[in-house]
Amino acid sequence: MAEESSMAAAELLRQAELLKQGAEARLYRAVFLGRPAVVKQRFPKRYRHPVLDERLTHRRTVQEVRSILRCRKAGISAPVVYFVDYTSHCIFLEEIVGSVTVRDHIASTQETHPNPERELEPLADGMGQILARMHDEDVIHGDLTTSNMLLRSGASDLVLIDFGLSYISALPEDKGVDLYVLEKAFLSTHPNTEALFDKLLKSYAAASKKSPAVIKKLDEVRLRGRKRSMVG
Amino acid sequence: MCSFMLVFQIIAKAAMTVVIGFEGSANKIGIGIIRDGEVLSNPRRTYITPPGQGFLPSETARHHRAVILTVLQEALEQAGLKPADVDCVAYTKGPGMGAPLVTVALVARTVAQLWGKPLLGVNHCIGHIEMGRLITHADNPTVLYVSGGNTQVIAYSERRYRIFGETIDIAVGNCLDRFARVIKISNDPSPGYNIEQMAKKGSQYVELPYTVKGMDVSFSGILSYIEEAAHKMLESGQCTAEDLCFSLQETLFSMLVEITERAMAHCGSQEVLIVGGVGCNLRLQEMMGVMCKERGAKLFATDERFCIDNGAMIAQAGWEMFRSGHVTELPDSWITQR
Repeated sequence: MAEESSMAAAELLRQAELLKQGAEARLYRAVFLGRPAVVKQRFPKRYRHPVLDERLTHRRTVQEVRSILRCRKAGISAPVVYFVDYTSHCIFLEEIVGSVTVRDHIASTQETHPNPERELEPLADGMGQILARMHDEDVIHGDLTTSNMLLRSGASDLVLIDFGLSYISALPEDKGVDLYVLEKAFLSTHPNTEALFDKLLKSYAAASKKSPAVIKKLDEVRLRGRKRSMVG
Repeated sequence: MCSFMLVFQIIAKAAMTVVIGFEGSANKIGIGIIRDGEVLSNPRRTYITPPGQGFLPSETARHHRAVILTVLQEALEQAGLKPADVDCVAYTKGPGMGAPLVTVALVARTVAQLWGKPLLGVNHCIGHIEMGRLITHADNPTVLYVSGGNTQVIAYSERRYRIFGETIDIAVGNCLDRFARVIKISNDPSPGYNIEQMAKKGSQYVELPYTVKGMDVSFSGILSYIEEAAHKMLESGQCTAEDLCFSLQETLFSMLVEITERAMAHCGSQEVLIVGGVGCNLRLQEMMGVMCKERGAKLFATDERFCIDNGAMIAQAGWEMFRSGHVTELPDSWITQR
C-alpha cells in the first residue's frame, strides 16, 4: 500500500511543475484531486551521512505536518495538508493562490512608498499577533524569516509556512530563540527596519499571555555566544 | 638618466602600497606583509598546550611577547624590505582574547611610531574574509567563517558585511577543541587537525544531537552529550575514539553545510567561501563541495596558510582600508574582545 501510494506520488511529481529548489526541499505545483496544490519533497542530501540524512528527513516531514495541524486547529492560518507520503518524503499542501511573501512585500514597500515605516506598521502588528498565538499553542517554528510568511492576495491576513524545523515546546527559552532567529533574519534581510521589528515585538508582547518570560529570554539569548563577555 | 630613474621610482612607489599586518587574537602570533595583493611574507608561531588543556589568555600573551620580535624580523627579512618601505602598520583590533590582543597592539603601536607610519586597527573577521577573497578570487560569496572562536554565515549586502546565521552558544572549533581535551587528543599541530586524521579511520556512525535553528546553530548540547557519553562508550567498547571523531565531524559539518545552504537560498547566492581555522578541514570542504555541486554553485576554500589566523590577512584587510582613506589615530588604537 505504502509502495503503491509512493509510486503514485512519484508519477504525480513527474508531471508537476518545479516551482523552486529551496535549501532542503523541492517545491512543485500540482493538482491534487482537482485542487491547486504545492508538493514539498525532501530529497536526499548527499553531503551528509545516510543515517543522519534519513533521520532528519523523516523527523522533519513528521514535525512539519504535526505543527501545521496544531496551528490550524487553533485557528492560525497555515496551508491545509492534503496528503503525506512518508516513503518519498512528500507533503501535499494547499496552494495559497496569488499570495506574496512578506519579504517581497516589505522590499517593494520600501522601494515604492515615501514613508514605508508607517505603511508597514499594521503588518508588523499582524506578525507579532500571529506569532504570539502560535507560541501560545507551544508551536516553535524553528525557521522564522519573512520568506516563511505569506500575505494572501489583496488581504492583510498572514499565512505561516515552512514548518520543517518546528517542534512542540512550552519553554520560554525555545520561544525566545525562535524570536531571536526571526530578529536576525529580519534585520539582515531588511536593512534599517529596527523600529519596525520593535513594533512587532511590542505587538507580540501585548498579544501573548506568556510574553514576559519569553521577552526576558530573548534579551538573554542576544547576549550569548560571541557577544558574551570574555573577561579573563 | 639619474633623475629619470628617480622619477620612475617615485611613481612606482606611489602606485604600490605595502602594508604589514600583526595578528594575535588567539594562540597564533603572525606577522605578514602584503604589497598590492602579493603576499611577501607571512611567518607565524603557535602556542601549543599539553593534551587535555586549553590555552589561557595570560599564558598565551606571554608566549606572544616572547616571540613577536623574532617573527617581525622574519617577516621583514623574508619580504626583503626595510621598515622605510612599509606604508602602513595594521593590527588586529578584535574580536579575540584580551591579553594577547593587547600585547600585539602594543608592538604594532610602537613600531608605527618608531617608523613614523600610520596605524590601522582591523576587524579580525573581515581579515579572514578579505584574505579568502584575495587568494580564491571569489567575487561576492556567501562566507562560512568557522574557527575556534567564531561560527558565522556572512554575506555582503547594502554596503556592509551582514551576519545571516551564527552559533547561538559556542563556536564549532571550540566544540572540537574541547572534545579533543575530553579524550586527550594532542594539541600539536592543532586539535582539529588530529581529529580530522582520526576521523578518517572511523567508520561507525554514532548518533549525536543535531541542533539547527533557522540559519543558526547550537553546539553546546552536542558537547555536553559527548563529554558525558564519550568515556562510557569507549570503555564499554561500543565504539572507538576514531568513530567518535568521525561521528562528531559528520554531525557538526552537516549542520554547517545546512545553514550555509539555507543562507544561499535566502540570498540567492551561487558562491561559497570557507574561511577560518576549521575551514582547512578537507572533510568540511568535501561536504560543502557536494552541496554546491547539487545547487550548481561554486566553492572557494584555502589551505592552512591562509585559513588559520595569520598576519597577511590583517595586512590585506588593512590594505583595502588604507587605500580607501582609513587610518587609526593613536588615541583610538584600543582593542576589543568582542
